Amino acid sequence: MEEEQIYVLADSARATVFEARGVTKVYRMGEVEVHALRGADVDLYEGEFVVLLGPSGSGKSTLLNILGGLDTPTAGTVRYHDNDISSAGDRELTEYRRNHVGFIFQFYNLIPSLTARENVALVTEIARDPMRPEEALALVKLADRMDHFPSQLSGGEQQRVAVARAVAKRPNVLLCDEPTGALDFKTGIKVLDALESVNRELGTTTAVITHNAAIAEMADRVVHIADGRIAKVDVNLTRKKPAELSW
Amino acid sequence: MIPALDRKLLRDLWRMKGQALAIAAVIAAGVAMYVSQLGMLDSLRLTQHEYYSQYRFAHVFAGCKRAPESVMEDIRGIDGVQTAESRVVWGVTLDVPGLDEPAVGQLISYPDHGEPLLNDLFIRTGDLPQGPDQIAASEAFCKAHKFKPGDSVVALINGRKRRLTITAIVLSPEYVYSLPAGGFIPDDKRYGVFWMRRHELAGASDMQGAFNDVTLTLKPGASEPEVMRRLDDVLAPYGGRGAMPQRLQLSNWFLNNEITQLEQFGNVLPVIFLAVAAFLLNVVMSRLIATQREQVAALKAFGYRDRDVAIHYAKFVLLVSIIGGIIGAAAGAWMGRGLTQIYTEFYHFPVLVFRLDPLLPVRALAITAGASLLGAMASVRKAAALPPAEAMRPEAPPTYRRTLVERIGLEHVLRQPTRMILRELERRPVKAALSVLGISMAGALLVVGFGFIDMVNYVIDSQANVLQREDVSVTFIEPRNRSALHDLRAMPGVQHAEPFRNVPARLRFKHRWRLAGINGVSRNATLNRVVDEDLKPLVLPDEGVALSRALADVLGITGGDMLTLEVLEGERPTRQVRVAALVDDFLGLNAYMDLEALNRLMRQDGVISGAHISVDPAAQRQLYRQLKDTPFVAGVSLKQAAIDNLRKTMAENILITLGMTVFFAGVITFGVVYNAARISLSERSRELASLRVLGMTRGEISYILLGELAILVLAAVPLGCLLGYWMARGTLAALNTETFRLPFVMSDMSYSVAATVVLVAGAISALIVRRRLDRLDLVEVLKTKE
Ligand SMILES: Nc1ncnc2c1ncn2[C@@H]1O[C@H](COP(=O)(O)OP(=O)(O)OP(=O)(O)O)[C@@H](O)[C@H]1O
Ligand SMILES: [Mg+2]
Repeated sequence: MEEEQIYVLADSARATVFEARGVTKVYRMGEVEVHALRGADVDLYEGEFVVLLGPSGSGKSTLLNILGGLDTPTAGTVRYHDNDISSAGDRELTEYRRNHVGFIFQFYNLIPSLTARENVALVTEIARDPMRPEEALALVKLADRMDHFPSQLSGGEQQRVAVARAVAKRPNVLLCDEPTGALDFKTGIKVLDALESVNRELGTTTAVITHNAAIAEMADRVVHIADGRIAKVDVNLTRKKPAELSW
Repeated sequence: MIPALDRKLLRDLWRMKGQALAIAAVIAAGVAMYVSQLGMLDSLRLTQHEYYSQYRFAHVFAGCKRAPESVMEDIRGIDGVQTAESRVVWGVTLDVPGLDEPAVGQLISYPDHGEPLLNDLFIRTGDLPQGPDQIAASEAFCKAHKFKPGDSVVALINGRKRRLTITAIVLSPEYVYSLPAGGFIPDDKRYGVFWMRRHELAGASDMQGAFNDVTLTLKPGASEPEVMRRLDDVLAPYGGRGAMPQRLQLSNWFLNNEITQLEQFGNVLPVIFLAVAAFLLNVVMSRLIATQREQVAALKAFGYRDRDVAIHYAKFVLLVSIIGGIIGAAAGAWMGRGLTQIYTEFYHFPVLVFRLDPLLPVRALAITAGASLLGAMASVRKAAALPPAEAMRPEAPPTYRRTLVERIGLEHVLRQPTRMILRELERRPVKAALSVLGISMAGALLVVGFGFIDMVNYVIDSQANVLQREDVSVTFIEPRNRSALHDLRAMPGVQHAEPFRNVPARLRFKHRWRLAGINGVSRNATLNRVVDEDLKPLVLPDEGVALSRALADVLGITGGDMLTLEVLEGERPTRQVRVAALVDDFLGLNAYMDLEALNRLMRQDGVISGAHISVDPAAQRQLYRQLKDTPFVAGVSLKQAAIDNLRKTMAENILITLGMTVFFAGVITFGVVYNAARISLSERSRELASLRVLGMTRGEISYILLGELAILVLAAVPLGCLLGYWMARGTLAALNTETFRLPFVMSDMSYSVAATVVLVAGAISALIVRRRLDRLDLVEVLKTKE
């Protein structure tokens, strides 16, 4: 089963989900121009687990935001399947996010006034073919904490709720910006476990930003970003399970 | 199933219940004012209308000296007259048991058979008079003397004393307000209206086969001025005193002026209240949304549309305003009913009709919701426009800098917590300014309320101590020679007697006219005086007339124009007189002339119609008794009684409304201040909790938060006074009527009381916030990120 998976992942003939070409992002702050991305070219494939690595300020979040339709590039094109999302309007991007993308943020961004279940329901209520919130929470092993408010959960538990919230709508892509950044090793593993099982069981294309090179070992491919460009892409022949990681 | 987003709404609302309630209270105050005032006015108008039509209140009124009954044929023949009825109306002096001074009364004839065609009576108790010397008496008079059917008064009718027995207590649409002719203040103890069978009254007054008063109604579509002109022509040979339309009929005119004044209050004040509420909602919403920035961004990242986010916060606003609106509408309906009851009794309406137009609360809710949404629109838009990428990064740490105080080198003077207060204020000047503005607007409402109450008191005090310094005013039955003054001066206790003359006249300028008395004021008057706006005695010009500015406005006349006087006594001459001055007086529409100048104008010499007298208190009763037995004295009016009645009238009218204004302004003040305090608390609890963790005491963190509040409140006080000054100034004109006008005088008292209320609201809010700070759960606060 696992062998097969690796075989499939290595197949470069598989469908391209994202095709980013010459993506440039310039932030203008008064007089100063900040070049967050300077012509990044990258492809993401169906069902793969990609880790984005790079020094702070290199443009990782910017790239992820553009892929997720949170932001638009200053120049360059981004295609999602057959759609050009780099030139899409606000309305189309909202629809795109609503129906295709699951986000996980570094700081969880749970709604503090809603319970775990309700935080997930917030997303499933507007999705086309969602899981039940209970199912999604069971997936991240939080079935017994469904009715707790964020303030009653630990950081790791909150982030797992965020994972459940992101996957509950069965998104085509899952984009995670430093999902373990605020967590300790053991808790981080639990969150990665949840991501890995979603990727494996649902075949969701998953991109994870991290500063932690160790995490790269659980990816199919590792995209290195430096100074707003793609520096290199490593392909792992075998994916480690999160439990096997150490840092 | 409630959608998760709506659950968030309800939980947020619950978490902010203190603040939400404070805003709802402000809205409720505005709506309650609106619903109660307009509901009461609506009911009053309806009651008035029902009363008038059920009891056939006439459209035109006219008096004359004496006309034979046959003249009625001519009057009925006037084109446009529907129904006309003649009457005998006779002024009498009364000796009322238990009253030292004489009172005056009006005897009105009632048909010998059947009901009157017009101006029917509502019988409260008893039976209509049948035999001689029986009367029906007005309820106001009977109430003032606790008279019941069977009691009696002695009246001097046509020189003969008669004991009249009350058989019925009645109300008349003609005397909703019972005012003696020329008076502006009801005095129910000393002025009564009575009805007697026609042949009895005609017999007592020598008016058999004649009448001296006629009332009529108009056919639909008839021209009122035309009918009145014809009526005047018919009555002219019989000493006609000029026809008067219903609009100017004394009681009705007064009533309408009162209602207009209440209406203007009812329209102006709630609008200000709702504006403050809308402003407040704006402040709260913009801050709520600021604290929920990341939540909004996350929602949008998940695919919620701009519209969804906008609707979410709009719902929040609507929910708060609807809660406030419903509470306000319910309270308003309840108060409106109570107010209507008060006014029904005050105006002597026979029945209370309370009607709450169901559209009124609906309109109030719509206005509130609209105003709130308008107030919150900017922040809701801002929320909807928030870029979703914001969710991905934590909020940039706020940029603080050294404050002005520190930059100019005073830094060592300030301890660290003080610096934190100042830096917070300087970092978010807009936030601070909005809080200050909100508190000062509430304070301004208080200043307006207290200011108007002060102005009412100012008028009453000036009237009592500057304008009317006499103790009593004596009016003669007919104008007399100046020598009558000697008779008065010889009476016991009279210290000083000052003559006056009052000439009833129709004042005409172009096509406009009003009936008024020309007051002849003696030169160098020290008792009853005309004063300028600084209350300095005004020396009336040698020639010409001085008019109340309000009267000049009614007539459309200005200083220098020639006014036509159609005198309604004696030879009834018509004279031209120049308007020499305009006077800003407080009560009624008046015309003043120098006494000598008035006599010259009348081509008479030394004629007076009465005197103002100052009395030695020890001899007061003796004097009153003697005046009662003096045949040429028609009536006596007591200054103190007039002032008391003025005070009572004011208390029953605008002071009720002003009292409500002040009460609700207090509610609003508290709501605004408490809100400001709570918002700061919720925005900064994390920071303050961190400081506690670092070892600061509760006192120290309280100082940081409450110090900020104190500065905001203190800054709001002078601004509120200033705003209140302008608001009062702007709304004053709308509140003045033909019967009662307030001068613009703001006393220090209004400001200091308003300031005190604001400060007390600040102190109470501080105490509540302080208790919350003491119970700040450090772990809880630091763990969740908001
Ligand atoms: N809204 C913005 N306005 C101005 N500059 C921005 C903005 N967002 C990002 N930048 C700048 O763009 C550059 C790339 O930022 P980005 O957040 O993509 O980096 P990153 O690789 O995610 O870094 P980190 O690992 O620290 O999160 C940085 O120099 C950053 O300061
Ligand atoms: Mg980043």
